[in-house]
Amino acid sequence: MRTTALLGPAAGQGAVQLMHGKVVLAVINDQSGVYADIGGKHGVEAVKMAVEDFVKKYGPNAVGGPIEVLSADHQNKPDVGASKAAEFYDRNNANAVIDVPTSSVGIAIAHVAAQKHRLFLNVGAATKALTNEDCNKYTFHWAYDTYMLAHGTGTEVTKRIGKKWYVVYPNYAYGQDMNRSFSAAIEKAGGKVMLSDATPFPNETEDFSTFLIKARTLRPGGVTVLGAMQAGQDLTNLVKQFNEFGLRQQGINLAIGLLFISDIHSLTPAALEGTIYTTAWEWNLDKQAREWSDRFFARDKTRPSFTVAGNYSATWQYLEAVRRTGTDDPDKIVAALEGYKFNDFFVRNGEVRKQDHAVIHDAYLAQVKAPGDVKEPWDYVRILNTIPANEAFQPLSENTCHMAR
Amino acid sequence: MEIVLVQVFNGLISGAFYALLSLGLAVIFGMLRVVNFMHGALYMLGAFGAYLLGVQLGVSFWWALIISPLAVAAVGFLLERALLRRLYDLNVLYNLLLTFGLTLVIQDAMRLRFGVQGVPYSIPAQLRGAVLIGFMFFPTYRLFVLGFSVLVCLGVWWLIEHTRVGMIIRASTENPVLTRALGVDVDRWIPLVFAFGVALAGLAGVLAAPMRNVSPLMGADLIITTFAIVVIGGMGSILGSVVTGFFVGVLSALGAVYYPPAANTLVFIVMAIVLLFRPSGLFGSPEAG
Repeated sequence: MRTTALLGPAAGQGAVQLMHGKVVLAVINDQSGVYADIGGKHGVEAVKMAVEDFVKKYGPNAVGGPIEVLSADHQNKPDVGASKAAEFYDRNNANAVIDVPTSSVGIAIAHVAAQKHRLFLNVGAATKALTNEDCNKYTFHWAYDTYMLAHGTGTEVTKRIGKKWYVVYPNYAYGQDMNRSFSAAIEKAGGKVMLSDATPFPNETEDFSTFLIKARTLRPGGVTVLGAMQAGQDLTNLVKQFNEFGLRQQGINLAIGLLFISDIHSLTPAALEGTIYTTAWEWNLDKQAREWSDRFFARDKTRPSFTVAGNYSATWQYLEAVRRTGTDDPDKIVAALEGYKFNDFFVRNGEVRKQDHAVIHDAYLAQVKAPGDVKEPWDYVRILNTIPANEAFQPLSENTCHMAR
Repeated sequence: MEIVLVQVFNGLISGAFYALLSLGLAVIFGMLRVVNFMHGALYMLGAFGAYLLGVQLGVSFWWALIISPLAVAAVGFLLERALLRRLYDLNVLYNLLLTFGLTLVIQDAMRLRFGVQGVPYSIPAQLRGAVLIGFMFFPTYRLFVLGFSVLVCLGVWWLIEHTRVGMIIRASTENPVLTRALGVDVDRWIPLVFAFGVALAGLAGVLAAPMRNVSPLMGADLIITTFAIVVIGGMGSILGSVVTGFFVGVLSALGAVYYPPAANTLVFIVMAIVLLFRPSGLFGSPEAG
C-alpha cells in the first residue's frame, strides 16, 4: 500500500534548512472503497506530479533536499486513518498529511495533526467541522466543504428551480452535516424543506424507491426538488431509480449535494441531464485548468476530479511555502500560509483564511449537459455562474473555530 | 394508504432479488452442505456479464438474460471442480472460508479492472416507461422483474418437486448415504447443482443491472441480508427461501416508510426471533437445520 518516489539528489546545502534532511508528504485516502475513484490512486498521482513539476521548475535543490511521497489506504475507517497518520508523522517524519476523504477520518487525522504539531492539508473530506468545532493550528481545508456545497446548490436551486424540497441524506456524519447545511441555505433563500429523511448508510437493500415514491406523495402541493446527499454507490442507485420512476417527468427536479465528474462518467450524462450542483473546479473550466488536466490525463489516463486537482494545488503551495520561509518548521509554515493570497490552475482568488484555515476561493454552479451537447469524452458539465470566493464559503461571523475568536 | 400499497409492490421487487439469490443458496446448501459465500460476487459477475456482452459485443438484454447466467454457471462449475470438492470431507467451515476468500479475490480483480464507481447499463427499450396498475403508474421494468422472477421460482420448484432430477436432489439433500446405496451417483450431480445454484445468482445480477449500480461491490452488502433470509426460511428449504425472500423485501420496504433508519435492521430482528422459537427456521426440518 505504500509507494515511494525519491526525487532529486540526497540533501544538498541549499538556502532551505530541513529538519530531517528531506521533505516527506504522506497521502492518506480511500484506495479500495466507495471513494477510490474520486481520489485514491489518482490523488496520489497528482501529488507526485506536483513534486516532479516543482523540481522541474526550481531544480533538484528546490527545497534543500529530496522530496518523498508516501501513501496509505484508510479504508474509510477513522481508527485506521488516525494510526496511519501517527505512524507517518512519527516514524517517517512526514511533514504533511494530504487529501483524506471521508469526513469522519478527516476529523480524526486533524486531531492527530494538532497533537503532533505537524501539518494536515485536507482536500478530500467535506465536513465544515474541520474549520469550525474541530479546527486547529495545523489543519488546513483546501478545496470545498459542506457549507460551500449547500450554500451554492441550496440557494441557487431554490431561486431558480423550485422552493419545496424533500431532502434525503445518508445517515452518518457527512450526511447529517449536509442535511443541516442544506436546510439552512434553502430556508434562507425563501424555500421550504417539506421533509428530510435519513437513509441507511450504506444502503444494503440498494433500493431507494420508498423515498422516491414518498417524494411524490408529500402534501400540500407536492415537492418540486428532491435533494439527494448520497455519494458513491448509493448515489448511483438513487439516480438510476429516480429515472426509472420518471420523477423528472412528474415535475420533480433532482439536486445533488456532492457530484464528481467520475459520478457523471459512470451514470452517463443522460441519466443526470439538467442536474444542478456546486463544484470547486472542473477539468475544462478554462484554458489553464484544461492544460493541467491534459498533462494529468497523459500520465493517469483519466480526467481528474476536483479533489485530485486540489491535492496538486495543496502540495504545490506547501512546497512554495517551504521555499519562501527557508525552513520546513511547521510553526513557521503555518505562519507563512496564514493570510496568504494566491492563484493557481485550481484556486482562483484564493486566500488561506487566517482565522479558521479555510482556503477560500471561487466556486462554481454547474449543470450536467444534455447528451446532445457533449462535445468530447468527459465534457459533461456547463458552468452556470461563478460564486465569488467571499460568498462561496462560510462567513467568519458564523464560524465557531476557536482561532477565529 | 397509497404509499403502503406501493411499498408492498416495491418490497416484492426487492424480494424478487432476495428470492432468486436465497433460492440458489438453499439449493446449494441442501445438496452440498456448502454455505456459499461467493453468491454475492457471482451475482455481481452476472451483472457485469450483461454489461460486457452489451458493450463489447452489442448483445441485447434478452440474450444477456440467457448467456450471462450460463457463463456464471460455467465459472461456478470450474470453481467447484477445481477447489470446492477438495474440502467436502472436512468441516463445513473450510468451504465457508474458501468461498469467502474467493469472494475477495473476485471482487478485487473486478475492482482492479473496472474501479469501484460502477458502469452504466440501461433498461431495455421495450421495458421503459410505466404502466397503470390500478392505483398508480409503476415502472414497466420493475413489473417485468417481478413477473419473471416469480416464474423462475415456480420453475425451480416444479423442477425439484416433479422431475427425476429433482427427486435425486431431494433424496440427496435428505440422506446422501442412503441415496448412494440405492444406486444413484450423487457425486455426478453435485457440480451441476452447484452450477445451477450460482446461475440463479447470475440471473439475479442481470435483472439488477438496469435498475441498480453495476459495480464490483454490488453483491457485498446484499449477501448478508440474503444469508439472514436463508436462516429465517430454514437452511436448505426451497419454499422457505422463496417465501422469506419476498416477505423480507416487503418488510424492509414498509419499514422504510415508517422508520427509515430501521429498514435494514428489521430482517435481523426477525431472524433473532425466529431462531429463538424455531431454531431450524420457519420452513426447515430439524434434520436439515
